[in-house]
Amino acid sequence: MDNSRQLFQYILSGLSNGAIYALIGFGFAIIYNATGIINFAQGEFVMLGGMFTIFFLAFFHLPLLPAIILAILFSTIIGIAFERLAIRPLKNATPLSLVIITIGASILLRGIAMLVWGKDTHAVTAFSGNDPLYIAGATILPQHIWIFAITLLIIAANKIFFNYSIVGKAMRACAYNSQAASLVGINVKTMVLLSFVISSAIGSMAGIIIAPLTMTSFDVGIMLGLKGFCAVIIGGMSSGLGTIMGGLLLGLLESLGVGYISASYKDAIAFIILLLILFIRPEGLFRTKETERV
Amino acid sequence: MTKEKREILIFFIFTLAVLITPFFLQGSYFLNVLVFIGINTMLAVGLNLLLGYAGQISLGHAAFFGLGAYISGILTTRFGLDPWFALVIAAVANGALAFVIGFPILKLKGHYLAMATLGFGIIMFIIFNETVAVTGGPSGLSGIPNIQISSLIFDNDLRNYYLIWIITLLVMLFSINLSHSRIGRALRAIADSEVAARVLGVNARVLKVQIFTVSAVISAIAGSLYAHTMTFISPASFGFNFSIELVTMVIIGGLGSIYGSFLGAAILTILPEFLRVLRDFDIIVYGLLLIIMTMYMPGGLISGLTRIAEFIVGKIKSRGARHA
Repeated sequence: MDNSRQLFQYILSGLSNGAIYALIGFGFAIIYNATGIINFAQGEFVMLGGMFTIFFLAFFHLPLLPAIILAILFSTIIGIAFERLAIRPLKNATPLSLVIITIGASILLRGIAMLVWGKDTHAVTAFSGNDPLYIAGATILPQHIWIFAITLLIIAANKIFFNYSIVGKAMRACAYNSQAASLVGINVKTMVLLSFVISSAIGSMAGIIIAPLTMTSFDVGIMLGLKGFCAVIIGGMSSGLGTIMGGLLLGLLESLGVGYISASYKDAIAFIILLLILFIRPEGLFRTKETERV
Repeated sequence: MTKEKREILIFFIFTLAVLITPFFLQGSYFLNVLVFIGINTMLAVGLNLLLGYAGQISLGHAAFFGLGAYISGILTTRFGLDPWFALVIAAVANGALAFVIGFPILKLKGHYLAMATLGFGIIMFIIFNETVAVTGGPSGLSGIPNIQISSLIFDNDLRNYYLIWIITLLVMLFSINLSHSRIGRALRAIADSEVAARVLGVNARVLKVQIFTVSAVISAIAGSLYAHTMTFISPASFGFNFSIELVTMVIIGGLGSIYGSFLGAAILTILPEFLRVLRDFDIIVYGLLLIIMTMYMPGGLISGLTRIAEFIVGKIKSRGARHA
């Protein structure tokens, strides 16, 4: 009984971390599909979400909900600024310079966060208390339920937006072929900007819902961002089911690895999985192989 | 003057400058900074071969630097090996590792390559930290012996300066020669278009792995020398941030320019000394530098400065013409 309860706890925390990784992965996929850029600064928006929430909670003594909304708003504004100042001015940049610019932005954002908020680790209060719920002999924190619920909500909203709204369809058209999209009258630049808006909003949301469980500080963005990237690689750069599966798989393996192998190699597990996937199936686990176009 | 002759002359002047610089310096502080510039130049030149010539990014080069330092440090402190011998073993081991992982890693392109090398770097960093019994963990490895040639021990800043810089000059000379060779041209072809290079008969796959290996060996030599001059190493020097710093050096100096790498290494080594007042906030400056340099000076300082100079000269000339 004790063993199986422990196993359940590992699975639970694995899945909730995994949901976060999947959300972060979505952010990567949305920008990648609109622009062909891997935004290495993606993780910083996750950090910004958590830090802004704490900022509004602690300094302005706002209630939780307005603080969260403002945090998402401010993170998104920074996302827009990033696109306008660093991405849009570049035309025909090589992948190498794009990688370096987004890394530069990530370092810059992290540095500014450290300057403004200091190096301390902060805890966000849980959305609805810390009293565990007992379900079938296993304990589950209310925050876990929040994470699962909000993740499902975002996934559903994403699905509806990209499949049924005219703007979402336009964004998908850009992802498929931006030249053709602009020929039929879609404003590609706006769609690129929009992709940054959506992905920084989703990223900051992920940072906000995980903050009560894992604490947050100016430097959480690197690891979370990289793990989100791991999830989206497993999912084959899609903002769909593959990435969700990828995130959950990663979260589970990581949590079981921590539980049964060693806690100190937690972060290594994710990267070993990343390398294995990149070596064996760089097109992702859930995608058919495409031929390379020159 | 032919291009080759000019190249030789520049290298000769550079060498001369390096050799006489200590005579104009007072105190060990500047010498110490120059030793670091030498080590960083080696690393930047090594990375430049991969990044600047072959166009393949590596965000994990600090791992090779660290591995070189640790192999050398562990072999000398725990097994009493001679530092020179340890250096050779570190270089060979690093080369072998790079060669083995090079094949699957360099099959990847662009962002995927960046992420894979980054992942490799982070895994190595975790290993340096966690294998406490071997590496000493986060508190580091101390008591690494200095390098010695018969009775000459390299234990003060002046001796270290000459040791590091003579090897740095050799690495630079090697890289300059390599870039002018058939291999160098083939690498530049790969950077422009890998498919086109392959069509023209360049064995891109093997060549990329080979240059990756060379780059890793240079990093290992730098790492080993670092361990023996500092006599203390800890994982903090070999993390993700340092990998980024190395990439910054190469980019700031100029992709594919060996002297550019020296310039980049010098700037990034001296900059923190000036930014002391900012303490940890120097990373903001790094971030800004990276963005601004890639946006407005994609060729790096060397070509950027030449362009600015040409622009100014052109302006003056055209103004002169108008007045006349």
